[in-house]
Amino acid sequence: MIEAVGLTKRYGKTVAVDNLSFTVAPGRVTGFLGPNGAGKSTTMRMILGLDRPTAGQVLIDGKPYARLDRPLRTVGALLDAKWVHPNRSARAHLQWLAKSNGLPDRRVDEVLDMVGLTKVAKRRAGGFSLGMSQRLGIAGALLGDPKVLLFDEPVNGLDPEGILWIRQFMQGLAAEGRTVLVSSHLLSEMALTAQDLVVIGRGKLISQSSTTEFVERSTENTVRVRSPHADKLGAMLVDKGFTVREDSDGSLTVSGALSDEIGDIAAGSGVVLHELSPQRGSLEQAFMQLTGDSVEYHAELAETGK
Amino acid sequence: MTLLAVERIKLFSTRSPWWCMLLAVGLTVGLGAIFALNWGGPMPVMGTVVVYNFGLYVVMVMAALAVTTEYRFGTIKATFQAVPDRISPMIAKAVVVMLLSGVVGLVAAFGSWGLSRVIADDSSGLALDSAADWRHLVGVGLVFAMGALLALGVGAMVRHTAGAVSIILVYALVVESLVGLIPNIGDDIQKWLPFLMAQKFILGDPDTGGIPAGEGPPVVGDLSPWGSFGYFAAIALAIYVISLVVVKRRDA
Repeated sequence: MIEAVGLTKRYGKTVAVDNLSFTVAPGRVTGFLGPNGAGKSTTMRMILGLDRPTAGQVLIDGKPYARLDRPLRTVGALLDAKWVHPNRSARAHLQWLAKSNGLPDRRVDEVLDMVGLTKVAKRRAGGFSLGMSQRLGIAGALLGDPKVLLFDEPVNGLDPEGILWIRQFMQGLAAEGRTVLVSSHLLSEMALTAQDLVVIGRGKLISQSSTTEFVERSTENTVRVRSPHADKLGAMLVDKGFTVREDSDGSLTVSGALSDEIGDIAAGSGVVLHELSPQRGSLEQAFMQLTGDSVEYHAELAETGK
Repeated sequence: MTLLAVERIKLFSTRSPWWCMLLAVGLTVGLGAIFALNWGGPMPVMGTVVVYNFGLYVVMVMAALAVTTEYRFGTIKATFQAVPDRISPMIAKAVVVMLLSGVVGLVAAFGSWGLSRVIADDSSGLALDSAADWRHLVGVGLVFAMGALLALGVGAMVRHTAGAVSIILVYALVVESLVGLIPNIGDDIQKWLPFLMAQKFILGDPDTGGIPAGEGPPVVGDLSPWGSFGYFAAIALAIYVISLVVVKRRDA
């Protein structure tokens, strides 16, 4: 369980995180979503006690990070896979971490095995590919068998196989009852990974809800209808107060109506239907609409996309 | 104790500390041997360590690297995640680095002295038969240890390897000797500068037997040799303590 209350971080005049309050529940993967520069990493550093909040606080199971006894046993984190001395072997890297929190040496071999790095454990970490570094970082996070796990953009730059592995790994950790917080700037990725979403933009909380709720609330649902009597059906739907748009191929896009309602209306007046399919608006579009005003670095494309 | 083991693993699982230690011993012993071969007359014990400062610079670079590489590669974050009070891992690092530097200093000093006994033309003055003789040799270990502490403090404050190393080397090699060139007050300031005080501790007040009057290495300062060491140690400790305060307050 992670609780942030009024968390604020200022760098001079820039406000990186602005009065942010949210909770992360155990047993679920929670996505921490926001455009680049929204303050996700800063927030994660504050959760870990690396950065000092200007105001507010964040508690892990009711305690600030600095009060945790041997904290790697409670919180595991992967903020940056490259935070390893390049000339140190993967095993030595995990060894000193384990030692610092009184974890036995055999635990190092266990986590190496879990992430599949046993064979390269003695090689210098500087020669690792991004995927391997990411696995080493995850091994470090898992060392203390922690109840709370934080991952900052864990799939960035990974190949599809690596992305799938991480996604399943995180879901497995949550299924064991752990609290898992994963940041990302990709809603489509989070929609597949996370059950809950904390969405921020420019350091402010935009929404906290379940992923399904967020997706339903923020995407426009339409129904695509094809019929030989499109004109007649269209007129009837407009009469009922729905918005109807005729597309170039002669099909209708109806918004504000459920497919059930359209089917009933068509059947009631004997209109033949060739297609009746609910459409879901793109997640990216919804995300852009929500966070559009809070993106720190606007690109031309973002402006025209709105 | 576990934190000492952690810092030991960190230091010995990379290569640069090994190279630095070898270089520090090699430089001191090697240059000491050149002195021994060219010494006219009976060589005094002090003569075997006149070149201690080359080893000292290398040891200080090693100490600075012990902390700046942690910042360079982000492992300092993992360190503070593992031990969030921040002070105890920094103290453990200081203890390990100081012990190691002290041992390097002792090995360099006694190595140089031992080699000189073998190769010097006249080694009759090399018996360790006075407190001053012992101070010349053991002092190298003590100064290396305190110099390492000072360098660690500078490294923790500056965080960048290049910055920390330049500050340490430029100060110790150039600034302290140039201060003496300031008209009128230069000499008065110079005799209170820490590395010259450390030099007085190691090389100052030798036994008069082996060295003709006025022929010893130039030493400055009004304090006794041990007083000079106390002064050097106090400055090193002060810089280190300031670095602890900075590390504790700053975002990692």
